[in-house]
Amino acid sequence: MNGLLNWIDARFPLTDTWNKHIAEYYAPKNFNFFYFFGSLAMLVLVLQIVTGVFLTMHYKPDAAMAFTSVEHIMRDVPGGWFIRYMHSTGASMFFVVIYLHMFRGLIYGSFKGPRELVWLIGMLIYLALMAEAFMGYLLPWGQMSFWGAQVIINLFNTIPFIGDVVSTTIRGDFVISDPTLNRFFAFHVIAVPLILVGLVFVHIVALHAVGSNNPDGVEIKKLKDENGIPLDGIPFHPYYTVKDIVGVVVFLAVFFAIVFFMPEGGGYFLEHANFEPANPLKTPEHIAPVWYFTPFYTVLRAVPDPWYGTLAMFAAIAVLFVLPWIDRNPIKSVRYRNRAHLINLAWFTVTFIVLGILGVLAVTDVYRELGTRGTQIYFLFFAVTYVHSRPQQANYLMWFAILLAPVLLWDFMRLDPSFTDIQRGLFWQMMLIPVAYLATTLLLPHFISATNKEKEVPTRVTG
Amino acid sequence: MKLKSLKLILAAAVLSFSTAPAFSAGSSVPLQDAQVNLDNKLSLARGAKFYANYCMGCHSLKFSRYNRVAADIGLEEEDIKSIIFTRNEDNEINKTGALMENTIPTKDAARWFGTAPPDLSLIARSRGGGDWIYSYMKSFYRDDSRPFGVNNTVFENVGMPHVLLELQGMQELEVHDDGKGHVTKTLKLVEPGKMSVAEYDQVARDLTNFLVYVAEPAQLHRTFYGVLTLLFLFVLFIFSYLLKKEFWKDIH
Repeated sequence: MNGLLNWIDARFPLTDTWNKHIAEYYAPKNFNFFYFFGSLAMLVLVLQIVTGVFLTMHYKPDAAMAFTSVEHIMRDVPGGWFIRYMHSTGASMFFVVIYLHMFRGLIYGSFKGPRELVWLIGMLIYLALMAEAFMGYLLPWGQMSFWGAQVIINLFNTIPFIGDVVSTTIRGDFVISDPTLNRFFAFHVIAVPLILVGLVFVHIVALHAVGSNNPDGVEIKKLKDENGIPLDGIPFHPYYTVKDIVGVVVFLAVFFAIVFFMPEGGGYFLEHANFEPANPLKTPEHIAPVWYFTPFYTVLRAVPDPWYGTLAMFAAIAVLFVLPWIDRNPIKSVRYRNRAHLINLAWFTVTFIVLGILGVLAVTDVYRELGTRGTQIYFLFFAVTYVHSRPQQANYLMWFAILLAPVLLWDFMRLDPSFTDIQRGLFWQMMLIPVAYLATTLLLPHFISATNKEKEVPTRVTG
Repeated sequence: MKLKSLKLILAAAVLSFSTAPAFSAGSSVPLQDAQVNLDNKLSLARGAKFYANYCMGCHSLKFSRYNRVAADIGLEEEDIKSIIFTRNEDNEINKTGALMENTIPTKDAARWFGTAPPDLSLIARSRGGGDWIYSYMKSFYRDDSRPFGVNNTVFENVGMPHVLLELQGMQELEVHDDGKGHVTKTLKLVEPGKMSVAEYDQVARDLTNFLVYVAEPAQLHRTFYGVLTLLFLFVLFIFSYLLKKEFWKDIH
């Protein structure tokens, strides 16, 4: 055994790589619940690839046969339903895991220096994942596959001058049809997974170069013992391998509970209308994207002009990329930031969830106004985060006025004589939401200094 | 951390599934509870029989196979032959391994009914469960303005005739307006059919059960595998947790 290892090591850095990334990779010892989701994301990626390979063996990327071949998998292929449900559940769980993973980065400041590249690469992974999920959703060729893709691809139509050319190029036809299905299949099965795996590899290389952050936001590499080992670090293997196994088992319990007991996820993981074959002549009454796209879908719908709405939707994703340069506060973890920052994060979290829920609901007056207000808060969050970068020097009153101005400006522009009395009433009532947001994040730390006080970051990790 | 994280997961699970969408395409009337029970194999077998007799002439089940249905609902393959009426290219009666198709010509059917009768293999899934089917079958009423003399409160202006008319009898629609804009619609049986109301409800339930089964044959088995898997994971959790505790006891 040792001989074999030596033989390999003379030709390939096996032991070196193992040590560098696993056995002698020192991770902070205070990882908490949120630190399970990185390894879980890798697990889901592998699950998706493996189940995807088996699905590809039976699936037919052909507009005339796609729907039938999926039902063939569900009924005639031994264990086919199991593979298919793992893949469909895996798609949703991938986003659950990724959103929690990103949330972790947000609250503990993992995106800040020296980990900006880890965050940027991670955002690229998120982008690739959305493309992967979107194109995969077309493949069953059900009503929602078709009409969901119709809505999204038509967004590109709104681009001035070249919109038509762009959307026709994406479809490969003037309407969504067989060529669209074929190219989406090619991207979903080959192109995007290759990019995903490559990006995940780079994500981890970048992470292991700078080392992991932790819930205290303390750089463990600053304090090392005489052997050069971080005082607060423990080797990833065996400590985090055995810990992650526990996380994996709990995750799998949730995962398989869905697969076996509620594979449709209440109509959210597999939408009811998608059990009807795609029919270009029959628009479903209510087109809702799959849940993981809905926050951005609400942003899209909040802006009446389609082209500006599309821009707003992409901006909502793009702004996340530059987060490391927006939040310039040297303190990483929410634990040691001021109370106002915690309130700001709480608003953002709730807003993101509310936007997501609104995205699956049909638009009513109340929901439209709420969606608009949520969109305002979504973007204000980044500005407020910038203000909180230097809480002691910040001129909160000035910023309150500066940030309220664009809200009022937008409101002024959209308050139209065509509003009904109800819409007008909602407009004024819900104006309280952005005002309350700015008040609790900017006025509060101005007037109550206790909410503006930052705590001292310890030199060693706690707990 | 452990207890907290478990609570978080549970809370997330409850949150994400407790808000199932309440819309069902094309209907605004409240649906009746079909009390779907797939363990009742006799009901499934009766449902298959009724389906072959009353529905299948127009509505195929083209993703389903006769022998699979027989095996799943506890019939012998010989027995299922009695509901096979279609023939293959050589004009022989189809084998039990065939798909449950029919021979209605799509174009003509579209002319006869306004739209071609859809395949119903997945109707229970696209309608989000059996309640819609059950309610639909009980909601035909006399409407002389319609081509077949009937309309349906669950599926307004449906192109389908009331094929179970001889069993259920004819209903009429009574609209009550309380003057405050609150309208309730009730259906009243005016010409009884061959069956009593309870008997007809059972027919509707049998058909619903059968269609819910046909929409996803795997559901008969998957919960069994689910219980085994979760039991296995539970045991694995205990061991993996103890392993983690053992390794971590020297970390402070």
